[in-house]
Amino acid sequence: MISLSTTPIRSIVIPRYKKDAIVAAVKKGERIDGRRYSDFRRIEVSLNPVSRANGSAQVKIGSTMVITGVKAEIGSPYPDTPNEGVLQVHAEFVPLASPIFEAGPPDENAIEVARVVDRGLRESRFVKLDELVIIPGKKVWSIYVDIYLLDHGGNIIDASMLSSTLALYACRLPRIMVSGEEIVIDRDVYDKQIPLGDPVVSVTVGFIEDYLLVDPSIEEEAVLDGKLTFIFDKKGNLAGIQKTGVKGIKTKTLEQALELSQKKSQELFELIEKVISSSENYSKPLA
Amino acid sequence: MGKYGVKLLRDDGLRLDGRRLDELRKIRIEVGVLKNANGSALVEYGNTKVIAAVYGPRDVYPKHVALPDRALVRCRYHMAPFSTKERKSPAPTRREIELSKVIREALESVIFTELFPRTAIDIFVEVIQSDGGTRTASLTAASVALADAGIPMKDIVVGVAVGKIDGVLALDLNDIEDQYGEADMPVGYAVGLGEIVLLQLNGLLTSKEFIDAVKLAIRGCEQIYKLAKEALAKNYMSVSEPSG
Repeated sequence: MISLSTTPIRSIVIPRYKKDAIVAAVKKGERIDGRRYSDFRRIEVSLNPVSRANGSAQVKIGSTMVITGVKAEIGSPYPDTPNEGVLQVHAEFVPLASPIFEAGPPDENAIEVARVVDRGLRESRFVKLDELVIIPGKKVWSIYVDIYLLDHGGNIIDASMLSSTLALYACRLPRIMVSGEEIVIDRDVYDKQIPLGDPVVSVTVGFIEDYLLVDPSIEEEAVLDGKLTFIFDKKGNLAGIQKTGVKGIKTKTLEQALELSQKKSQELFELIEKVISSSENYSKPLA
Repeated sequence: MGKYGVKLLRDDGLRLDGRRLDELRKIRIEVGVLKNANGSALVEYGNTKVIAAVYGPRDVYPKHVALPDRALVRCRYHMAPFSTKERKSPAPTRREIELSKVIREALESVIFTELFPRTAIDIFVEVIQSDGGTRTASLTAASVALADAGIPMKDIVVGVAVGKIDGVLALDLNDIEDQYGEADMPVGYAVGLGEIVLLQLNGLLTSKEFIDAVKLAIRGCEQIYKLAKEALAKNYMSVSEPSG
């Protein structure tokens, strides 16, 4: 049954009058939370709140809260990529995050988020997999990125992408000594960064008719025709796209969404820059 | 040259299988290929072969999952174990779960679900042989099967992938081009409505390339749309001809 994708039957209950008010506001050029179409909600970042992880980051976008933990292990490469490390991204929408989530293995929505983030991290070459080789063809670093959604307030993908990127920056690998085929791990010294390229960001734009809303909240998501997630590398190239939702979009609106999201991606690159250049200011406890 | 050093364009500028950059593979669409299903279709994009079947609108069990105001759309994209180079485990992979979702959402955008409350429309797609473009071939097959099942729809949706190989955009990637190319962008398009209903990108494109890629995909979809309509017309024309 899990492999059958079904029209969602559990959804957030939002009164009809509120949905109407959201749509009416959008048509007047406004949003019910006072934002402009092109505004993100307030973004808060905390680096390494989980010291057991090799790297972690908590990101809040409005009321959406995501914590991503990175664990690094020594493993074997995939047979078709003997000279690359392993990167795995998983996402869990645990039941504490929303009344619509149930306990159980990741559903299609969680799998989709994980796979979109995975493609972004991979295709942008943010994680330099070829530099994660320890013994070519035999031993490599396996990097596990686990996205944990704690509060669902809409736009899960952008929060997941940002927290994954920051958790990878915050990640430290233990020192290893290699002699021949033998690898000795020094679990007292974590001083090596994961080899990373330029950062990657995602910007999600909701669409309703021809109106485009950056970073839709959960209430806005309930009235949207669909969403488009654009992933950008530092040079402004597209490194991934995912359309979600059960309505189509006109080409012209799609092009406008791209332009808008590309503009907004600069703000996220600036934020990442600020966080990694003054990481001590962001080493805050879990909140 | 592609990112893995595999050359995907020949010296004469054509692709390894002899196609131009904007040329589709040979496309075959057959309607009503299965007896049990309410609607079915076989679709081939070159060596990619998929079969789609539609059951419904039919009762939903358990009953409490039914929607009071419209039909549930349920979709499964699945690859046969023998469809790939290495045997694929029949258990659904994360990839298949994601693709089932994007295909369902694309189809839901055109089905008049509100005409069939408290029922389910089930769409099953089996990839019999994969050679790139299986999700887009599946979307085309599913939509033709829905039409064959007589499900009212705003439009037929069809799909095709555009990619980037050896630095240039190419239509309808096959497996080698997908694997060794720089980008793969599946697009689902409702030609009559002029709406993009499925869009994903795996790989790197500049924004200009993206806009050109969308245009190229739409041109490909227009050709496939015509073939889909012809296949449906052919099937029903022969039924409606007076016998004897």
